[in-house]
Amino acid sequence: MNQSQSEEIKAIRHKRWVKSTHFIITLSFLALTVSGFVILMAHPRLYWGKAGNDLTPALFELPISRNYHHGGWEQTTPFKHLTSSQVSAVRTYDIFNENGWGRSTHFLAAWFLIATGLIYFIVGFFSGHFRNNLAPRAREFSLKLLWRDFVSHFRPQTRPADTQYGLLQKITYLWVIFFLFPVVILTGFTMSPAITASYPFLLKIFFGHQSARTIHFFAAVLLLLFLVLHIVMVIRTGFKRNIIAITFGSNHEKK
Amino acid sequence: MKKNKPMTRRQAIFAGLTSAGALLLSGCLKKAPPTYGNILRMGDDLTYTAQRGLLSQRALAMEYQKSDITSFPVTDIGDPADPKSKAVYSQEYHELQANNFKDWALTVEGSVAKPAKYSMDALKKLGERTQITRHTCEEGWSAIAEWTGVPLGAVLKDAGILPAARFVYFYGYDKYTESIDMLDAFHPQTILAHTMNGEDLPARHGAPVRLRVETQIGYKNIKYLQRIVVTEKFIEPDADISTGWSWYTGI
Repeated sequence: MNQSQSEEIKAIRHKRWVKSTHFIITLSFLALTVSGFVILMAHPRLYWGKAGNDLTPALFELPISRNYHHGGWEQTTPFKHLTSSQVSAVRTYDIFNENGWGRSTHFLAAWFLIATGLIYFIVGFFSGHFRNNLAPRAREFSLKLLWRDFVSHFRPQTRPADTQYGLLQKITYLWVIFFLFPVVILTGFTMSPAITASYPFLLKIFFGHQSARTIHFFAAVLLLLFLVLHIVMVIRTGFKRNIIAITFGSNHEKK
Repeated sequence: MKKNKPMTRRQAIFAGLTSAGALLLSGCLKKAPPTYGNILRMGDDLTYTAQRGLLSQRALAMEYQKSDITSFPVTDIGDPADPKSKAVYSQEYHELQANNFKDWALTVEGSVAKPAKYSMDALKKLGERTQITRHTCEEGWSAIAEWTGVPLGAVLKDAGILPAARFVYFYGYDKYTESIDMLDAFHPQTILAHTMNGEDLPARHGAPVRLRVETQIGYKNIKYLQRIVVTEKFIEPDADISTGWSWYTGI
């Protein structure tokens, strides 16, 4: 066994369906991030509860467009038969709004993400991919191993990626696949008037329309954080070989 | 109730698939949504088809309690009664408003057996529904209010809607146009609202009558209603598609 052969064995060999779903999901996630940011720019205020708007208190506001604290409102007028806390006011400010293409891009990319994600789930489950490659082994569950794995991520020279995923890596992937993605998709559904008419339980489990929007935002932020960490680890463990492995790398599905 | 159903789910799926298929084949088959060619519009059409096929078309949007009612911003394109809002200004509307809308009447025409002009009193005789619902703006905000109005389905039936009718077009005095399909037109919560939070519809919330479509995004709820036209064909409305906005906004 010569040098090059032994190196090749060390690199993870991804199955063809893993590579193609990874590729489509990466592209749709990038399109969703860009369009999602553009959509957020139109109304960079986040709320908690059933409803929220410029005339109700926000959780926080993000300085990401000229709409931030724009303050362009006519005087408020109360509704005659309600308490004075519910008011109406006319907006006088010409807001930034590119939601025409922003929303359509977001939903088109979401179609690709959901369709590909479903295929990934089904194949991953029945092929044993989740069971064999992602589920941590019983012997891996020890604080000592977890600590050792954690510390190893901060060494100046990280060991090249093994043929097996590490414990932290497995936990992170499982969290992203089985928690963050489902949450971001379901909270997205919860913002749809037509979907929530048929499935009102969505509004219950996410505490209302605006809470769902806020959870959608934080789930997206966590997914982006994962993306950054993922790229950092890809670079630190041998960028070139990892990229080849997830794209055109040789496929040894036959034994 | 079956008689009242303008379109069965199977028909909706079939119609949607047919139009999607036609789009893929010809690229630009006219007169059925979408009439538009680019890839974003294909995504919108897929959403329309999927939501029509997979969701219950009679399911009601969530209705809230009085205590849930919130403040409600006005973010439309301008006041049609104000000469300063040039493109949006309508002298006719200005005069109607000056007279407290006593002379206002809603025109209903197109694919109906009895085209007519309905005064406010005539409209109110056709029925009434009160609902506390959420307005979901595409910008990202939402607001809850109580609306009272006449079910659109009752108005269309009274005008003698013809079996071939497929879309309902709405024209506002602010020169805004919107359109919906028959499933949304006959949805029980689709009303022509004349009352908001217990008072006559306030001026900038669309007086005297605005549309409420609770299963779609805010911009479908056209204000300052002037005219309704029932059609058999899909016409690209100026208000959304040509300016880049999706025609169907159930999401």
